[in-house]
Amino acid sequence: MTRAGWIRLLVIVAMIGALELACRLNFIDHRVMIPPSQMATALITMLASGQLNDDIVRTLGVIAIAVALSVVFGFALGLIIHALPRLRAALDPFFATYYAVPVFIFYPVMIAIFGLSLVPIVLMGVATAIVAMIIATLNGLDRIPRVLTKVARVHRMGRLATALQLQLPAAAPYLFTGVKLSVSYAFIAVIAAEFILAPAGLGRDIANAYADFNNRRMYALMLLVLLIATVVNAGLHAWDLRWAKRRGARPS
Amino acid sequence: MHGDVHAQFAGVTRVYPGAGGHAPVHALGPINVDLHKGEFFAVVGPSGCGKSTFLEVLAGLQQPTVGTVTFEGRAVAGEVPDGVGVVFQEDASFPWLTVWGNAAFGLQRQGTAPAEVRRRVDDALAFMGLKDFAKAYPSQLSGGMRQRVCIARTLVLQPRLILLDEPFGALDAQTRLLMGDEVLKLWRTTGATVLLITHALDEAAMLADRVGAMSARPGRFIEIIETHWPRDRDSTIVAEPTFGEITGRLWERLRGESLKALGHSGQPPAAALAAE
Ligand SMILES: Nc1ncnc2c1ncn2[C@@H]1O[C@H](COP(=O)(O)OP(=O)(O)O)[C@@H](O)[C@H]1O
Ligand SMILES: [Mg+2]
Repeated sequence: MTRAGWIRLLVIVAMIGALELACRLNFIDHRVMIPPSQMATALITMLASGQLNDDIVRTLGVIAIAVALSVVFGFALGLIIHALPRLRAALDPFFATYYAVPVFIFYPVMIAIFGLSLVPIVLMGVATAIVAMIIATLNGLDRIPRVLTKVARVHRMGRLATALQLQLPAAAPYLFTGVKLSVSYAFIAVIAAEFILAPAGLGRDIANAYADFNNRRMYALMLLVLLIATVVNAGLHAWDLRWAKRRGARPS
Repeated sequence: MHGDVHAQFAGVTRVYPGAGGHAPVHALGPINVDLHKGEFFAVVGPSGCGKSTFLEVLAGLQQPTVGTVTFEGRAVAGEVPDGVGVVFQEDASFPWLTVWGNAAFGLQRQGTAPAEVRRRVDDALAFMGLKDFAKAYPSQLSGGMRQRVCIARTLVLQPRLILLDEPFGALDAQTRLLMGDEVLKLWRTTGATVLLITHALDEAAMLADRVGAMSARPGRFIEIIETHWPRDRDSTIVAEPTFGEITGRLWERLRGESLKALGHSGQPPAAALAAE
């Protein structure tokens, strides 16, 4: 591990230690927060009992579907918009301000239309994530060096071969950035949507525990969500680093 | 030196059609020139005069507006002819492949047998001094090394006509001299016809059998100078008096054209002002 990595780990451990101490010494009321060690043991017990399995599968499944839809359709829309410069010029301000608008306010509307099912949650995930993928796709396509088209013609490659063997790999790092952002956005949107209103899922679980004053359960679930988000992002980041090492200067 | 005609420009003009309200650009010609089999031909001229257009028309990457280009007796039309290799001005290495993968790209596309690919790629990398970098990625190399990768990628396909569009434009002067030696070695070893586009008079004078001096846009040859260098020359000829003569003559021909390209009319500034 790098020096910075060790320091980061040390900071985290120190913060958890401080929190543990503050809770144990009653600086923090146990009705407000339980010590991290108790969060962990509660989580382990809950995981071992299998009571969380359905909700974990449901929430991660919804996130996976939202990410898959966002990536596939975001990429496709990016290709189309890139090919139509006038449409792009018209949409550009919309993309630039998209994340300044709380798309989330439309969640009640979606529930009204689709009912209390998985559909509005998936749609919230897609609505939040897809624009990041569209923007990343446009960015990636913009950065394909023009000389590659000439190289393709020197090698007498057709449209499809050029797209798959030259343009796609050239744009790949930017597309991957889009995937990474889509995962993060979908994660946030799905958990938040479940939290507000959903029949089940990890977000719903946390909200229920809160309503029941069940601190142990609530904090254990929060820890679980944090752990999942960290592991997923660390994985994507590691993959990104491997590429960055090969390909030199990279976005994000 | 005057062997068979390998490639020919006959009355070639290239006009870029005006798009989106822009006026059409007459970039090149008329050009009439023969490239002889096995010769080293260089083109020098001010920037924007049509050098790249000249090369791309010959490569079949662009169609002449008027006239015909032939390569090995056949008209070049709409596609890059077999036997023509191109190295571009921009860095065209593939950052997602290793140096080895870059060099093997064309052969693997053609479906060449793996053993043959390995043999030819290894040879080309050794020839270009890239043997120790086979597993490196382009981002780990300098600009000059990356251009070598592109040359190696072209070389493995055993082209009979090699087109180089300012391949060392971005390199410092000393590195360019050394790369010039590499290109001479490449030319001698492969026996290919080489067309080198450059904006550097000394590079053209040192490397080529013939140097075509191109006018400001639309590019035309104002003069084609023969250098009479021996075939086994290298960069040390820059110390010879003839080298100075050739470079001097090129500059004499190109000075006015370069001023035009800068936006001057070719007259002294006072006269230009008076004419307003
Ligand atoms: N696709 C194009 N459309 C319009 N004009 C072009 C195009 N490509 C090049 N030109 C113009 O043609 C002229 C010659 O360009 P080029 O052959 O690239 O010059 P050089 O390689 O000598 O610098 C320049 O003035 C350039 O602006
Ligand atoms: Mg050029």
